[in-house]
Amino acid sequence: MAEIHLKSLAHSYSQNPAGPEDYAIRQLDHVWEKGGAYALLGPSGCGKSTMLNIISGLLAPSEGDVLFDGKRVNELSPRDRNIAQVFQFPVIYDSMTVFQNLAFPLKNTGVPAAQIKTKVNEIAEILEIEDELHKKAKNLTADQKQKVSMGRGLVRGDVSAILFDEPLTVIDPQLKWKLRRKLKQIHEQFDITMVYVTHDQLEASTFADKIAVMYGGQIVQFGTPTELFEQPNHTFVGYFIGSPGMNLIEVRRCEGGVCFGDTVVPMGTQQTEALENLTSSNVKIGIRPEFVQASDVAADDTFAAEVKDVEDLGTYKIMTVRLGDETMKVRLTEDQHFEAGGTVQLSFPEKWLKLYVDEFLVEETEQ
Amino acid sequence: MNKVPNNRAWWLVLPVFILVAFSALIPLMTVVNYSVQDIFGPGNAYYVGTEWFKEVLNDERLQDSLLRQFAFSGAVLAIQIPLGIGVALMMPKSGIKASLCLILLAIPLLIPWNVVGTIWQIFGRGDIGLFGWGLNSLGLEYNYTGDTVDAWLTVLLMDVWHWTPLVALLCYSGLRAIPEAFYQAAEIDRASKWAVFRYIQLPRLKSVLVIAVLLRFMDSFMIYTEPFVLTGGGPGSSTTFLSQTLTTMAIGQFDIGRAAAFSLIYFLIVLLVSWVFFTAITHLDKEK
Repeated sequence: MAEIHLKSLAHSYSQNPAGPEDYAIRQLDHVWEKGGAYALLGPSGCGKSTMLNIISGLLAPSEGDVLFDGKRVNELSPRDRNIAQVFQFPVIYDSMTVFQNLAFPLKNTGVPAAQIKTKVNEIAEILEIEDELHKKAKNLTADQKQKVSMGRGLVRGDVSAILFDEPLTVIDPQLKWKLRRKLKQIHEQFDITMVYVTHDQLEASTFADKIAVMYGGQIVQFGTPTELFEQPNHTFVGYFIGSPGMNLIEVRRCEGGVCFGDTVVPMGTQQTEALENLTSSNVKIGIRPEFVQASDVAADDTFAAEVKDVEDLGTYKIMTVRLGDETMKVRLTEDQHFEAGGTVQLSFPEKWLKLYVDEFLVEETEQ
Repeated sequence: MNKVPNNRAWWLVLPVFILVAFSALIPLMTVVNYSVQDIFGPGNAYYVGTEWFKEVLNDERLQDSLLRQFAFSGAVLAIQIPLGIGVALMMPKSGIKASLCLILLAIPLLIPWNVVGTIWQIFGRGDIGLFGWGLNSLGLEYNYTGDTVDAWLTVLLMDVWHWTPLVALLCYSGLRAIPEAFYQAAEIDRASKWAVFRYIQLPRLKSVLVIAVLLRFMDSFMIYTEPFVLTGGGPGSSTTFLSQTLTTMAIGQFDIGRAAAFSLIYFLIVLLVSWVFFTAITHLDKEK
């Protein structure tokens, strides 16, 4: 078990990176604390797997340091870092039986046979593959293979950390949920640092205590699922977390707040202050569909919008509206009724209306 | 749609039958025909049954030749297979260096048998050959035309030079087909270099190794040109292998009946040993 500290880390796959667009990871500082269960969430190609391979030592970073418990490990091989990693697609040694596969990482370091047997049986029981132990690994189904692949990571009790690179991709949904619970149990039982890479926010929030959202080679936010939902630090987090994502509207500064089209939206005190010192022209406001208030009655702080479409998703509805030139999504309860083509009055509670300058949130401190 | 059976369709297979008959069956049956007759001249042949076979099997010259042949093929496999795997493992994975290695390896394979024999015949000479002269000037006594051991070593060395590249190329292609993920997983699992070879590379090389072993066995078992050019089978008959003995019998002595019986036995040995190799290797992993 170890605390993993990534210090001003950057990585480029090209030999002579010309600009920031050549970097898979850009100047990143991050600490994965000892014994935590973390998820690394982001779209395909954002640098998640690169980061994982740098932590495990399969890849040497172009710049920066990797520290395990404060000790620099840049030059150490995966072998010496004592780290386990489970890959997206199952890797099994097909000339061996399931038992031999699970025993392989232990055998390589000279663990006594009796101890290997106990450990392998224990892990096989947790993963529910104890009946397959003496089968040839190549005759297993895809999800059993992935269990074996995961088992090889879990069987080593003394690892610094276990890294999972989208391990449940090949597994069918029913089993996915079960295996995720299993991993969580194993985490609670053995208290190992776990980093779980995924592009599925549901998977991330069911597994992890804290989620790091990665975008364009950077970690844009690190927080609990609630924090990511209520306080998105970056427009990407707002857009990526939640279904549908946050409504983001490009605005300009004007008298009384910010404007888009003919609409003027008033801002809070700290937001207004930030707007006064504005140097950038990239300003956006964001509000989650869940927090937009919709009603039939016009008031001082409401905006009239045109209803384009209402989609009933069973337990709630998603309404698409047009406000000026902008399209927004609003989440409605089952008992709210609006007809497509009609008009709706929207209001944006100040607490949930976020201001983004250069894609990053303008923080509001409690007063 | 109604399907009407029409037996005349069988005629469509006829070209294949004719082709196979002329390429394999008729020549083979001619040999079978000769092997059971004693022929003195056209129209003057007598049926002798299995007499030639009995004689051939009891011929000491042939027995010696057969033993030498097995010793030679055994040595060829024992050297070339491990060496070929070793060379393949040491080759660069990609880039200009890999291409250079591939070209270098392919060169011996492109040289005609006769030329290979001649190259080594000159290369090994004590007076003008670099190899023979070099050994002699180092104080080592080396003379492949006079010494049995030297002759054997030279023939083996020549075959290793000529054919190890084939094994290496086959293994190299097998190694390149192993996905990078396996090496990564093995590194994570802290496998030693030996463990990676034993549990990842070797099992995945199995199918190319079956081909390499079979090809090298059959080719070395039928070797003729190179030792014939290099040593002429000598000194004495120490490097006279089966096909040379057979040729002497059939063409030199015109002993058609005996040579035919011998050819059939030769053919059956190659077939049998190849079959045993193939079944043994392919059944290795079906135990469980």
